[in-house]
Amino acid sequence: MAPAEGITISGARDGVRTEGAPQDRGWPVRPVPEYLRPAEEGGRVSDLERLVLHDLHVELGGKMVPFAGYEMPVQYGLGVMKEHLHTRSKAGLFDVSHMGQVLLRPKGSYEATALAFEALMPVDVLGVAPGRQRYGLFTNAEGGILDDLMFANRGDHLFVVVNAACKGQDIAHMTAHLSDTTEVIPVTDRALFALQGPAAEAALDRVAPGAAAMRFMDVAVLDSAFGPLWVSRSGYTGEDGYEVSVENGQAEALARALLAMEEVEAIGLGARDSLRLEAGLCLYGHDIDTTTTPVEAGLTWAIQKARRTGGARAGGFPGAGRILAELADGPARLRVGLRPEGRAPMREGVDIFAGDTAVGRVTSGGFGPSVEAPIAMGYVSAAQAAIGTVLEGEVRGKRMPLTVAAMPFQPNTYKR
Amino acid sequence: MKFTKEHEWLRVEGDLVVVGITEHAASALGDVVFVELPDTEMQVAAGDEICVIESVKAASDILAPVDGEIVAVNEALSETPSLVNEDPLGAAWFFKMKIDDLSVLDDFMDEDEYKDMIG
Repeated sequence: MAPAEGITISGARDGVRTEGAPQDRGWPVRPVPEYLRPAEEGGRVSDLERLVLHDLHVELGGKMVPFAGYEMPVQYGLGVMKEHLHTRSKAGLFDVSHMGQVLLRPKGSYEATALAFEALMPVDVLGVAPGRQRYGLFTNAEGGILDDLMFANRGDHLFVVVNAACKGQDIAHMTAHLSDTTEVIPVTDRALFALQGPAAEAALDRVAPGAAAMRFMDVAVLDSAFGPLWVSRSGYTGEDGYEVSVENGQAEALARALLAMEEVEAIGLGARDSLRLEAGLCLYGHDIDTTTTPVEAGLTWAIQKARRTGGARAGGFPGAGRILAELADGPARLRVGLRPEGRAPMREGVDIFAGDTAVGRVTSGGFGPSVEAPIAMGYVSAAQAAIGTVLEGEVRGKRMPLTVAAMPFQPNTYKR
Repeated sequence: MKFTKEHEWLRVEGDLVVVGITEHAASALGDVVFVELPDTEMQVAAGDEICVIESVKAASDILAPVDGEIVAVNEALSETPSLVNEDPLGAAWFFKMKIDDLSVLDDFMDEDEYKDMIG
């Protein structure tokens, strides 16, 4: 039996060890997101890549932890709770340069590239107008999700942003399937920021005039003192805001210009996680992965009519058989929002019961600083997925009530 | 005041030992959002995981520092978990223990030794 460990703190890493020896007592394991694990568990620092702005994060007091192969700031001096609330009340600046930026440049027509890209996803790519962005999902032959992503029609080509942990496989996947029609070009000379919150519009418009005129999911290239900025009005916090791609050489100056504004604070991965959880948004590798289909994940809104049975370009994507059948007949299980009773968070890995029957598992959970209560999401049997259904989650050997709840937990504030 | 390597502080109060977590631990845990306290009149052995602290980041355990009986718990922490961040050495004590022999506390670190440990 492993020795009990209590609170173990590993130096400069963000290392509150949390496991103790719960398995030995028949307790559920309490998994911790990868980016909250100490370096010795999540990966050796020497193996990790550094962000272009690494030194700035350290200067700002960022606690650097391993995440998706990078050293990333999990929080700054304010701490997760205040960073979260600041983003909801003013504006938060997130360095998301670890994510993969990729250009898809047609070798022939834009339409041929769009159709080839569309063949990898249950998503209408062709129907995205110039200057607009859409959420997408790469699927596998079993209908599982290889990654989720954002893509934009930039007139004569597409711009794609994929998850950091998947970017190598995504680029290989696109290269393998698109090379007849398309040049797949990883963008390695640009950093990527998210600026999120009600003050994001005014803040970004100061450095990139025209930002305020954009609507949710618009994309534009805006002139600035920091070179051309590739801007989309989007993000992953449920707040209005932007994602901004900037040349590496201008990234620090842009970050400093934004952070110098009274309403903007640097925000780490910890708050990014609680913000997206309150917004009901999936974290790849936790809420969705190769074992979950888009229909099970409740992402049917991302499957446009054109790709559904009876649509203009129905099917023709990996896993179409299963995904279209689930759209028609309903999936066996569904991702749902969950509200634990009381104050104890139910985190990823908590088993969910209806009476004595195991009906599912929590895939993301924690405390929602804006909701001021524990919140979670997870998969449950379709029969238990109706909003208001009272189930039980097992935490440290005890069954505690939790209720299936509507998401988002915190209303979004997108400027549509 | 004495300190454990698990970042707990121990303070003698009459014939009882009061237990809490250090400022260093509270700061590393981040904003505390939930505390689960042990039952009173419970016999515990050193190393037993008897409290749970949930922060915005993760769950952690507090271990019984010595063998003994839990005679009081700080119910204020259930209502206001943020006390752990606001006043870890004072208002945010976790539990009081009755132990047979207070001299076992001599084995724990004093403040200087603890400060050396956390660097």
